[in-house]
This record gives sequence, structure tokens and C-alpha cells, in this order.
Amino acid sequence: MTPALTLSAVDIGFAALLLAVNVALSVIYGLGVHRSLVVAAMRMIAQLALVGLVLHYVFASKSMWMTLAAATVMVAAAALEVRQRQSPRIRGFGVAGLGLGALSLIGAALTFYVVSVVIGPVATNTPGLITSFSPRHVLPILGMILGNSLTALSLALSTFADLARREHASIEAQLALGHSAREAFQPISRRAMRTAMLPVINAMAVIGLVTLPGMMTGQILAGADPTDAAKLQIMIMFAISAASGLGAFAAVRGGLHLLTDDRQRLRIDRIAA
Amino acid sequence: MLKIERLQILALPPLSFEVDAGACLAVEGPSGSGKSRLLRAIADLDPADGNVLIDGAERRTFSPGDWRRAVRYVAAEPGWWAATALEHFSSPEVARAVAERFGIDPGRLSADISTLSTGERQRLAFGRAVEDDPPVLLLDEPTAALDDHATRLVEADIERRLANGAVVLIASHDAAQIERLSDARLQLAPPVRVGDPVEAHR
Repeated sequence: MTPALTLSAVDIGFAALLLAVNVALSVIYGLGVHRSLVVAAMRMIAQLALVGLVLHYVFASKSMWMTLAAATVMVAAAALEVRQRQSPRIRGFGVAGLGLGALSLIGAALTFYVVSVVIGPVATNTPGLITSFSPRHVLPILGMILGNSLTALSLALSTFADLARREHASIEAQLALGHSAREAFQPISRRAMRTAMLPVINAMAVIGLVTLPGMMTGQILAGADPTDAAKLQIMIMFAISAASGLGAFAAVRGGLHLLTDDRQRLRIDRIAA
Repeated sequence: MLKIERLQILALPPLSFEVDAGACLAVEGPSGSGKSRLLRAIADLDPADGNVLIDGAERRTFSPGDWRRAVRYVAAEPGWWAATALEHFSSPEVARAVAERFGIDPGRLSADISTLSTGERQRLAFGRAVEDDPPVLLLDEPTAALDDHATRLVEADIERRLANGAVVLIASHDAAQIERLSDARLQLAPPVRVGDPVEAHR
């Protein structure tokens, strides 16, 4: 096994030069994104450096409470991001609540399953459920599940709200005939879920042929055996697809609740113009 | 039979009126005066303070679905949720009967909705809304897209329902149509005045 790669600050500086490509494109073509590009890059550097430090500390502590605290921060950040990413936007704090509820449930359930059932026996070298608590396994898996669940949830919710607004006549035609809100929203619920699940299905179909996922690339660069990296990636893709499926499901169930009321009326007035 | 008590629509003063079984009330007023809002509120499709009762029972004592099956709103611009008109009816037989009653070639029922004319869609949406004979009909410009012949077919159907004891509220810009169908008028324009003929039906 080759030794793990450790980059120096100078190496990172050379990598950052690549940002100049996008900045140049933005300037030459007048895209007007060079400013947000630089800000986003700065944020990325700060966030990843900070998270590296925090994780270093949490991993070393092996404390369950530290891990829970970190997980709570991650879920809260993901819930806020769900609220930020909506387009069109649903008024009020219902969406943040939906994100918080759905992502904590999905994150906890899938992370528990992956860590204790799938990798538990390997990590602890004992069959059955994992017994020792390992932040090194819990936090990265949780992060990945949250990230993908969040993407699917946002995409499904935005699609759902957009379709509810554009197809309000077809929804209300069903409501006026006495159909339930769930029946009336079913066509757009289906479309929203499909829209949110397709990217992962497409990604699974071409993975390895066209793309080597970032996680696998990182593992190989870090010196892992490519077959081991591939197996881990397969597990991760399954977890990701479950995470996005559940995120999409939560979005349409939550969206139905947010855009209807106790008299099963369509409330497009709750969508901000 | 249909009773409205202090129903609050937009910024209008609260509306109260009654319509007996077999009577037709025309809702009049310029665009934006709240005609559609009133009909939608009665169907409980929009929130509105006040009471709406049929045979003494307030809408909140019904499930939303049961209420809207009894108090049927027919939108001016019908919505469709499946690819063909046929799929919007309870059975192909009902769909064919509706098409024939309103002068539409039954073959059109299997065509893509977007290829139907506005008038065909309006008649099919009306037929779809009345196929289970709801006791209260709220018609929002039911013949706006129709020629004279098709208008008469729809009006004949409305008259038959009135004769069978249905309550009909109709919003229409067609003064002659209101003359032909309605027993009473409700003028929605600030200031709101409840037409006297409504009283005659008490």
C-alpha cells in the first residue's frame, strides 16, 4: 500500500490556481459570477479546514456526546439549507421544520443501518451489530446521507411547489369533484419524486464508466486498494439512493401538508410570488 | 335549501342569502367583483368566514370531500389531470353519454386533451361535474366558450336539473342567459345589494 498523501499549504496553493480558470471565464464572457466564485471558494476552504479540525478532535475524543453534538449541528445546517434552496419558496418556517424532521429521521435511521448492520461487523471484527461507538464511521456516513437526502428533498419540494402553482387548475378540478387532496396531488407528487430520484439512478448507471466518484478517488489517492475502494463506493451508492428516495418521499408528503389546509384546500397563497 | 350567512368575500360587506330547491340565482358584477370568489368560498375551495348550509347543515359538519360532492363548483377554465377526456369520467359509458348529450363526437373522448377545442373542453368539464347529479351547482361562466347551439344544449341540461330540484348559482356575463335561467339576481359591486327577487323565493 502506498503511503497516504499529505498536501502542504503550497500544494493547496497550486490547486487554488485552478480557480483562475473559472474566474477568467467569468471575466471574459461577462458572466458576473467571479465574485460569488471567489466567495464560494473562500467559504469552502474555511468550512473544510474547520471541519477537518473539528473531526480530528471528535475522532480523537471517541465521545458519544461530542459525536451527537456534531451530528446535531450537521442536521440543523442541512435543514436551514433546505429552506434556502427552495424555488419557489413556501412561506413560513414549515419548510425548515420539514427539513429538520425528515433529515434527522432519515439521517439517524440510515446511518444506524449502514454503521451497525453493514460495516459494523467489519469495523469491529465481530459478527452482528456494532457495539463500540465510532465517530470515525458515524459522522462521514451521516454527512453523506444528509447531503444526498437534502438535495433530493429540495429538488422534489421545489418541483412539487412549482407544479402545484402551474397546475393548480387540474388539482382544484379534482378537489371540486370531491377527491381527496392526496388524490388530487398524486400526479404532481409522482413527477416531483421522479425528478428527485432520477439523478441518483443516472449516476449509478454511469458510475465507474465515465466518472470515478470523489470518495473513491480520495480513497485511492489516500493509498487504499482500488477493489476495497470500489466495494465501499458500492455501499455508499446504495445508501445515497435510499437517502434520496426517502428525501423525495418526505418532500411530497411534507409539501402536501404545507400546501393544503384542514379543509383540503389548495393553498397556493402560501407560495411566495 | 342553500343558505349563506354572513359570508365574507374579499373586502365586500358580509353576504347573506338563501336559494330554494329548484331555484337559480344569477351572480352578477364586473370582472374582479368577487363572483368566482363567492362561488369558490361556497364550495369551500377558498377559506372564508361565515356559514354555508345545505338543508340546515353547515359545511364544517361535512368532510371536505362530501361537501364538494354535494356543492359542486364548475370552474370557468376547467382543469384536467389525465391525458384524455375519457379518463376524467367514472366510466366510458358515462363519458359517451355526456359527449352525445352536449353534441360532441364521442371519438374525441380518446383524443389528447390539448387537441380539443375550448368549447369541447368546457362542455366535457360541465358534463364531468354533473354526472353524479349534485344537489347544488355553482357554475362559473359555464357557456363563455360556446356557440349558440352548444349554449342551448347546456342550458337545457341546467333547466332539467332545476326542474328536478337542484339549486343553481350561475356567474355569467351573458345578460340574455341570466334572463333565460335565473329566478333571482345577486349584484356584486360595491356597495353590495342583495336583489329583491331572492326574497321572493323564501
